[in-house]
Amino acid sequence: MTDNGKVTNIFLSGVGGQGTILASNILAEVFLGAGYDVKKAEVHGMAQRGGDVTTHFRFGKKVYSPLIEYGEADFLLSFELLEAARYINWVKPEGKIIINKQAILPPAVSLGQVEYPGDIEKTFRKHFKDNVWIINGQEIARELGNIQAANVVLTGAFSNFFPEIKEEKWTDAIKVLLPTKLHELNAKAFYEGRKII
Amino acid sequence: MKKVMQGNEAIARGAWEAGVIIGCAYPGTPSSEIMAEISGYDEIYTEWSPNEKIAVEVAHGASLAGGRAIACMKHVGLNVAADPFMTISYTGVKGGFVIVVADDPGQHSSQNEQDSRNWTRFGKVPMIEPADSQECKDFTKIAFDISERFDTPVLLRTETRVSHCDSVVESGERKESAIPKGLDQKDTPKYVMVPMYSRPKRVALEDKIAKLAAYADTEFPYNVMEINDPSIGFISSGVSYLYTKDVFPQYSFLKLGMVWPLPKNMIAEFFKKVKKVIVVEELDPFFETEIRAMGYKVWHGKDLIPAMGELSPGIIKQSLIKVVEGRKYKPPKIMIKPENLPRRPPNLCAGCSHRPLFYALKKLGLYVFGDIGCYALAVAPPLAAMHASTCMGAGIGGAYGAGKVLGKKGLGKICAVLGDSTFLHSGIGPLMDTVYNKGYSTTIILDNGITAMTGQQETPGTGYTIKGEPAAIVDYEQIVRAVGVKNVRKVDPYNIEETMGVIREEVNRDDASAIITVNSPCMLLRRANPLGKFKHPVYTIDTDRCRGCKVCLEINCPAVSWQKAEGQTKDGYKRKGTVFINKDQCVGCEVCVQVCKFEAIVPGAK
Ligand code: SF4
Ligand code: SF4
Repeated sequence: MTDNGKVTNIFLSGVGGQGTILASNILAEVFLGAGYDVKKAEVHGMAQRGGDVTTHFRFGKKVYSPLIEYGEADFLLSFELLEAARYINWVKPEGKIIINKQAILPPAVSLGQVEYPGDIEKTFRKHFKDNVWIINGQEIARELGNIQAANVVLTGAFSNFFPEIKEEKWTDAIKVLLPTKLHELNAKAFYEGRKII
Repeated sequence: MKKVMQGNEAIARGAWEAGVIIGCAYPGTPSSEIMAEISGYDEIYTEWSPNEKIAVEVAHGASLAGGRAIACMKHVGLNVAADPFMTISYTGVKGGFVIVVADDPGQHSSQNEQDSRNWTRFGKVPMIEPADSQECKDFTKIAFDISERFDTPVLLRTETRVSHCDSVVESGERKESAIPKGLDQKDTPKYVMVPMYSRPKRVALEDKIAKLAAYADTEFPYNVMEINDPSIGFISSGVSYLYTKDVFPQYSFLKLGMVWPLPKNMIAEFFKKVKKVIVVEELDPFFETEIRAMGYKVWHGKDLIPAMGELSPGIIKQSLIKVVEGRKYKPPKIMIKPENLPRRPPNLCAGCSHRPLFYALKKLGLYVFGDIGCYALAVAPPLAAMHASTCMGAGIGGAYGAGKVLGKKGLGKICAVLGDSTFLHSGIGPLMDTVYNKGYSTTIILDNGITAMTGQQETPGTGYTIKGEPAAIVDYEQIVRAVGVKNVRKVDPYNIEETMGVIREEVNRDDASAIITVNSPCMLLRRANPLGKFKHPVYTIDTDRCRGCKVCLEINCPAVSWQKAEGQTKDGYKRKGTVFINKDQCVGCEVCVQVCKFEAIVPGAK
């Protein structure tokens, strides 16, 4: 997966408050530590007010553009179903997709004007076959005692795609980025996620 | 040490390494993090200035006293600071002085889209433009050297994809400037821009620019020529260069680190070395126009590349693949049409004090002259309670001006609404005008105790400095009274009835008035304990009573949603569904409770 000559594109998406940015920070820490050049782009601004959040994350020997080219994502790591659907076209045909099985209603759905799209999982499976993993991240996190850790559960699952990176590199990154009192919980969340794929 | 840094963080690091001792800013996306980061360095005095004009003036004063100074703002901030900006190129500097201006192509969170490169030639101030975080740091440092060497302020231009991108940065040490600190009265002709002194300065300025142009050509290390396949050469800068390099890596490049003055000889050389030149730049055809004016034939530029919105590798490929590689652009497969999916626009937080206030304005049917802040979110349906919004402070002048046209007929119909930080930024002047020139409009100041939209920055009204030290607090009521407003009222916006009553009285008054909200801190301002004032932690729907009338959906609280399900109330009313309150999101503000006509919203348990 991490052939030195090419750049790997990871597109992350979610809803403000779901920890998309923390997940991308973990990636940055891990892949920088593994000796790669990394670039990451996100739009800050109104994310805290319930808007959608996306991060373009790229690593490789040398990375120029911080933005992924449309249709060129190797991975889509999404923390919410609708926000996965919104970026499906960014994924290349052989791309891999990891989605948190959670639906956060956007305003038009809350107001009863439109329905939350019901066939998202099916659409992904139709186009990407076995390269789709839909994970109940917040259920796993809830059992561990904090549903906020769903992002780390997914990151744990995602980590399996990079067998050359040692497990501790991921948990070390979590330690660097989170306050001490959250280390244990998030390490557990990571391991639970890592078992899945 | 190598570290992944955000562009803004890297600018802050660069300022620290450059020995900066003063930083001033007014927050604005995507620039806000720069000063927040700089404030973390003990060696640098930092401040949130009331507005960008003040930030530039304070930083310039610091420079005149020999200190290296930086002022940071978003693109529209430089419009506010344009007055001092246009003259400091004449006075020059003593300590290095850098102005950071962050553009927002694509308007991720701005009221317009400006290409700030247009300021550089207009203001006769050189501009440099980094592409990634390492360059953000390096360019910031060299900007201070340029500033001192050429006795000029320097513009450092970034944009959303530079300021808010993270990439690897190698850190260095701090080194103070050798410029001695102190003021000297003998410098008067240099710093007093009356015609007697500014006319010769005007002439000297041209000489300065010529020297800067020579520097751009021969010394500035970040104008870089990369000659690969010479059949096509790209001229580009900043993040546009990175996108182009990603898409067409095999061709030749002239990457301009300095936007203006341009390195004329280098450009001439590039035209000699490559066959055809394509200029790739975001927004306006700035380079293209300049280069064409030098007499060169630009093969392609804005004829193919959009002059609006953000560029991206995809857009560059789509625009240029035909001319560069002779093949048609093949777009990726569309599996889902994004336009068919429900959008997820940002919304006021659950419990935000702006929600009941705008609900009251909507019920009163007022024409609302709004402003820039979180409350601009009230323009979205179903609240849809804002009707004009231009720039910071504009609402007050707008409401007053409209009243002059409508005369008595406009009474009871118009108001201006703006936030505390916005009021201090540029609301006092127009309010003074309203009173002085006998306007009748009502100005509503939403005091939530912080600059909320950009992420919780202090203001002169919050009682704290950027470093968290206690400070003097502006008294809004006294200011409003001091400019001559006689009718000043305070309201608790969470009491909708009462708020509506007060607003109704004031907007009908044939005299200027002001209403200031109290007890209305931003939900994210933890020190004000915004949840503390709510009686119950959460509310819930009593399904025995909810008739499914949907009235409570009008307040657009993120915690309230509609659930279709036929059923009936206890007293036999047939309904099509009920509303549902998400207890993870509800904070118990009781706004929906006041809106419900059937007493169906009751205290619940977390
Ligand atoms: S950040 Fe504060 S002001 Fe902005 S919507 Fe939330 S509560 Fe309201
Ligand atoms: S009380 Fe009502 S309006 Fe307030 S946060 Fe809860 S659901 Fe929203």
